[in-house]
Amino acid sequence: MEKRASEPPIRVLIAKPGLDGHDRGAKVVARALRDAGMEVIYAGLRQTPEEIVEAAIEEDVDLIGLSILSGAHMALFPRVMTLLKKRKASNIPVFAGGIIPDEDAARLRRLGLKAVFGPGTSLERIVATARGIARRRA
Amino acid sequence: MTRSPPLPAAARGVIAKDRGALARLITSAERRDPAAASALRALYPRTGHAQIVGITGPLGVGKSSVINGLLHHLRSIGRTVGVVAVDPTSPFTGGSVLGDRVRLERDPSDAGVFIRSMANRGHAGGVALATREVTRLLDAFGFDVVLVETVGSGQADIEVRDIASTSVVVLVPHLGDEVQTLKAGLFEIADVFCVNKADLPGADLAAKDLRELVSLGPGPGGWKPRIVTASAREGQGIPELWNAIGAHERFLDETGVRADAERKQLAAELLALVTEMVEREVSSGLERDPRLRELLDRVARREVDPRSAAELLASRVRGRRAPGR
Repeated sequence: MEKRASEPPIRVLIAKPGLDGHDRGAKVVARALRDAGMEVIYAGLRQTPEEIVEAAIEEDVDLIGLSILSGAHMALFPRVMTLLKKRKASNIPVFAGGIIPDEDAARLRRLGLKAVFGPGTSLERIVATARGIARRRA
Repeated sequence: MTRSPPLPAAARGVIAKDRGALARLITSAERRDPAAASALRALYPRTGHAQIVGITGPLGVGKSSVINGLLHHLRSIGRTVGVVAVDPTSPFTGGSVLGDRVRLERDPSDAGVFIRSMANRGHAGGVALATREVTRLLDAFGFDVVLVETVGSGQADIEVRDIASTSVVVLVPHLGDEVQTLKAGLFEIADVFCVNKADLPGADLAAKDLRELVSLGPGPGGWKPRIVTASAREGQGIPELWNAIGAHERFLDETGVRADAERKQLAAELLALVTEMVEREVSSGLERDPRLRELLDRVARREVDPRSAAELLASRVRGRRAPGR
């Protein structure tokens, strides 16, 4: 109790946009972030960009993590970024993981995603990056 | 000094129905931030209109699915709904996975719904320390109904009783024999029992055990808990559940029990807040007190027993508080 009182936990939304039936990766990351002391709001499978952005606003998260395998990232991720801007929530950082070719990853970073992780990334690196990019507030 | 102070910006945001402002204020309330206290003070006169319904029961009985069913039913009859869903915090890492949203399906453009997940942050009793204040913020925002989903409850997690006007205890078949229903705690707080997963064998027996429990005599105030069977994922039994909740709410109004119940809840809230304030002051004082360590060493060496050491510390705390104030 003592250590939590000084530093409120980072709240992070983990979601899988689009028509993807496989959420093991998202669950592994959710669990690692939990074990790093974060509050992980797990939205699960088949989320539309609209649902993800609304959840991020209602949950007032410090960070959004998107997981994708379907190949639709270039359709879905830019939509999430646009909606965040439209809802005046573009101060919430976004990171992503999944099967994303390098050239797409570069384009997504230019769109404002803070980090894009491919297969084989260590959980330590994901946790450290998440902690580093999470929104800080007064 | 008689002029009322200007409304804090956060409170103005809630009054203006700014969902982001509401969400941020909830975060402040969870953090026990003084900014939340001033907003809550300003908003308090605007509360007391929402119907607050607690949904509790052991883990895995389908509380989230029942809430999903109620959410859709309530929207179909034109009521707006706030949901507060509490899940446990790890005592080891302080982290948590809040997974109740997975079951809650809704149109993200529907402004008549607001869902917030909360970690209990070490608070016992089935809800978080700030859950009541969060329901109050949703109330001030203007939601007609606020559904509070507790942590998967054990037999003694009954604090939702102090927040909700109607408490629903969700159960499933085969949780135990009829003697379980007689035990103190969870079964005592039910205004409505919901036997979920009623498509499973044994649901009739579970409902029968509950009917026998209820037939043993009415609870305090004279209410006889209703029993509803449901299969929430198929949407079965949900309108009946809402009717049973409504019957209890009417009972509260018609018998005048509501005023008395609310007073008891407020008394519990005041006591909890004072305890929180004193506890924070005492623990921060003790942490700085070098004598604590010395005393702890003596307890470890079996020179002083824990209770005597605690009494000594308590008397010092009282001594510090007494002269100045």
